Amino acid sequence: MSKILHKKQLSQDVFLMRLEAPLIAEERKAGQFIILQTDEDLGERIPLTIADADVNEGSITIIFQVVGKSTKDLSQFNEGDNLPVLVGPLGTPTHIENFGTVVCVGGGIGVAPLHPIAQSLKAAGNNVIIIIGARNKELIILEEEMKSIADEFIVCTDDGSYGRKGLVTEPLKEICERENKPEMAIAIGPPIMMKFCSETTRPYKVFTQVSLNTIMVDGTGMCGGCRVNVGGEVKFVCVDGPEFDGHKVDFDNMMSRLKSYKEFEKKKDHACNMEAEIAKKEAVK
Amino acid sequence: MSHKLPEEIAEQAREYLAKYVVRKDELKPKERINIPSQEMPAQDPIERGKNLKEVTLGFTAEQARLEAMRCLQCVKNTCVADCPVGIDIPGFIKQIADGDFQGAVDIIKQTSLLPSICGRVCPQESQCQEHCKVGAALKDVDKGVAIGRLERFVADWERASGNVKVPNVKPSTGKKVAVVGSGPAGLVVAADVRREGHNVTIFEAFHKMGGVMRYGIPEFRLPNDIIDQEIDTLRKMGVEFQTNFVVGRTRKLTDLINKDGFDAVFVGTGAGLPYFMGIEGENLVGVFSANEYLTRANLMRAFDKDNSNTPIYSSRNVAVLGGGNVAMDAARMALRLGAEKVYVIYRRTENEMPARKEEIEHAKEEGIEFHFLQNAKRIIGDEDGRVIAMECLRYELGEPDSSGRRRPVEVPNSEFKIIVDTVLVSIGNGSNPLISQTTPEMVVNKWGNIIVDETQKSSVEKIYAGGDIVLGAATVILAMGEGRRAAAAINEQLEKELNKNADL
Ligand SMILES: Cc1cc2nc3c(=O)[nH]c(=O)nc-3n(C[C@H](O)[C@H](O)[C@H](O)COP(=O)(O)OP(=O)(O)OC[C@H]3O[C@@H](n4cnc5c(N)ncnc54)[C@H](O)[C@@H]3O)c2cc1C
Ligand code: SF4
Ligand code: FES
Repeated sequence: MSKILHKKQLSQDVFLMRLEAPLIAEERKAGQFIILQTDEDLGERIPLTIADADVNEGSITIIFQVVGKSTKDLSQFNEGDNLPVLVGPLGTPTHIENFGTVVCVGGGIGVAPLHPIAQSLKAAGNNVIIIIGARNKELIILEEEMKSIADEFIVCTDDGSYGRKGLVTEPLKEICERENKPEMAIAIGPPIMMKFCSETTRPYKVFTQVSLNTIMVDGTGMCGGCRVNVGGEVKFVCVDGPEFDGHKVDFDNMMSRLKSYKEFEKKKDHACNMEAEIAKKEAVK
Repeated sequence: MSHKLPEEIAEQAREYLAKYVVRKDELKPKERINIPSQEMPAQDPIERGKNLKEVTLGFTAEQARLEAMRCLQCVKNTCVADCPVGIDIPGFIKQIADGDFQGAVDIIKQTSLLPSICGRVCPQESQCQEHCKVGAALKDVDKGVAIGRLERFVADWERASGNVKVPNVKPSTGKKVAVVGSGPAGLVVAADVRREGHNVTIFEAFHKMGGVMRYGIPEFRLPNDIIDQEIDTLRKMGVEFQTNFVVGRTRKLTDLINKDGFDAVFVGTGAGLPYFMGIEGENLVGVFSANEYLTRANLMRAFDKDNSNTPIYSSRNVAVLGGGNVAMDAARMALRLGAEKVYVIYRRTENEMPARKEEIEHAKEEGIEFHFLQNAKRIIGDEDGRVIAMECLRYELGEPDSSGRRRPVEVPNSEFKIIVDTVLVSIGNGSNPLISQTTPEMVVNKWGNIIVDETQKSSVEKIYAGGDIVLGAATVILAMGEGRRAAAAINEQLEKELNKNADL
């Protein structure tokens, strides 16, 4: 059981929560994630990357976007409530060393997991370039936090409502074309964004690490639900990952697997819209 | 075998019992052998395909006594020799024949801690029942004394009576033992160590206790309330539970000793990493490991489609690859989740299937189709990457391999296609990688199984291991047996430490 110490809405669908989890806070390293459930019997297992941790307070921070029934349920928890299931830290931590120049690219909610990695890279002495992007200004998160780490900082929005207009792959390409191109890139965001970042860096042979967020059940290497194809081999994201060489990941397969339950999701969403309607009617009465 | 109504079975047993019970102690071996072997009453095969309730209903008291009277009370009892924990089988069966069910439970519990579970899931036909003299005389293993069903009967009887005895716990010694994993191995260690007065904490990665018995074996074979009851007994004994705790990640294994002050640790983390076949199309949408499928349905309650947030793939035509218990459970679960056709595809023949015989028979009764001497060659998907068919190959049995089983060999150019939308892969598991990944000093073999000595002690001081993490995917009873041995070694280690302190 884990108490919600703090909750903040970052944008329409994006929430930040600080959860009481002293052991996880103590053990976690950049790149690792947790799994939580909003109900011990009927809840789904939701994997979320740890965005930050505070050992003194014994807490971790998660940032999530409401995308379906389960994340919607989660968004309805408030400060002081207890989450019945929280387990972690899971996954293999990011390998951090002084690589030289590293370009960190975060798309949408992907900026949250990128934050601790960028922090650690900076602490290890890297020259850290950060590009963050989102569909519009509303959806940009953690701008100040990222800016304070970056040696060079770029914001993009798809619609031009803030920063540079365009996709994150454009500045990424320019950076790869520089005379002293980066030693490494890290891209975290929606699968399609990670796929195109990897395609962007491939011709420049800039090693590109991506962090995959597949469907998961146990998170300990028992079920195989999180498997992805990396360089022709089956890998389990929860134990072998979540980070992999973006040039080797079969993103198309991963994206189709992420849609495994789209019919189910639709039905559940439908059900909760109905619930909302009923609730509204009740309220009128 | 055709399905008989439970009422009919019960009625017959009443009649026969009345006939034999008056001279139960004078019956000649010949007469005992001729007492009809008792059939297990079961839910109607069509009905049960739509619910998760337990398939078998258990013997009635009359059936149990009749079945018990079939036992010859052999002096050279091969059944006991074939029981991995050496239960006094003729002893407890005698008590049942005499109608002393409590006496029977007491005898079983001297050696086995979880009889209501073992009675349901042990592969009796290849253990105790395999060489039963009654079965041998009738030249049919199935006609041997139904030892497992009798074991289950008395354990259920005790539960129903409401006074399951909580084992005595000795006064506290102040020693602390950590048990990692709450499968059968871990539960047995917890009970045996706690009895000696040591404090025990079980750490479990999942949010519920029981290991495979909870997340893998379905309710229709092993109801959850039976596991709950066993956990409850441990709780009453003072065992503590830490769920949602992944040893190796939440806390390093060695930190349990170095930082948290545990005096010994038992690792019972079970099997892990399901094997896939390495064939084309294996990552298509609609291909699942049986483990994932069953975990969703059981532990995550996806069977309760209206209420669970965990989705489960909706299927019409399902192919299950494999021939073990896991494959049977996956196939029968798919049926219960609404599949119209379920095929079990197995490379060898029925004789080689490792699944419990009862499960195979039940699966057949429920309408699951078995395709022997066939195997998947590739899985075919549509443009969205979803399974639409599977290409299979035919096999024939060739020369025996090292295990003595005839090796299946491919029949060239025998490819054919079947229409399926779901493929459940159930061809075995590797070892759970987490402990070895995060505990570099632990010695494991090339499959990742922890290497232990004859007392279940690992290469790391004060750390013991047992169950599937040592044996590879095995059985509940073997896991329990290893747990017992480990507990004995742990108790001995702690006792020595206590004596040493007393000497100082
Ligand atoms: C579907 C299915 C059907 C089966 N049917 C039968 C049958 O009919 N008869 C039979 O005898 N056997 C059967 N088996 C096999 C049997 O269940 C196993 O052999 C047995 O459960 C092994 O017990 P165990 O104690 O070693 O581990 P498990 O039961 O596997 O339990 C291990 C536990 O450890 C937990 N764990 C893992 N890693 C960690 C960690 N790092 N920290 C904390 N906790 C951790 C796991 O979550 C799990 O709960 C079946 C198996 C399956 C999957
Ligand atoms: S072998 Fe069969 S008949 Fe002999 S003691 Fe065991 S159960 Fe009874
Ligand atoms: S989530 Fe089950 S193996 Fe990775």
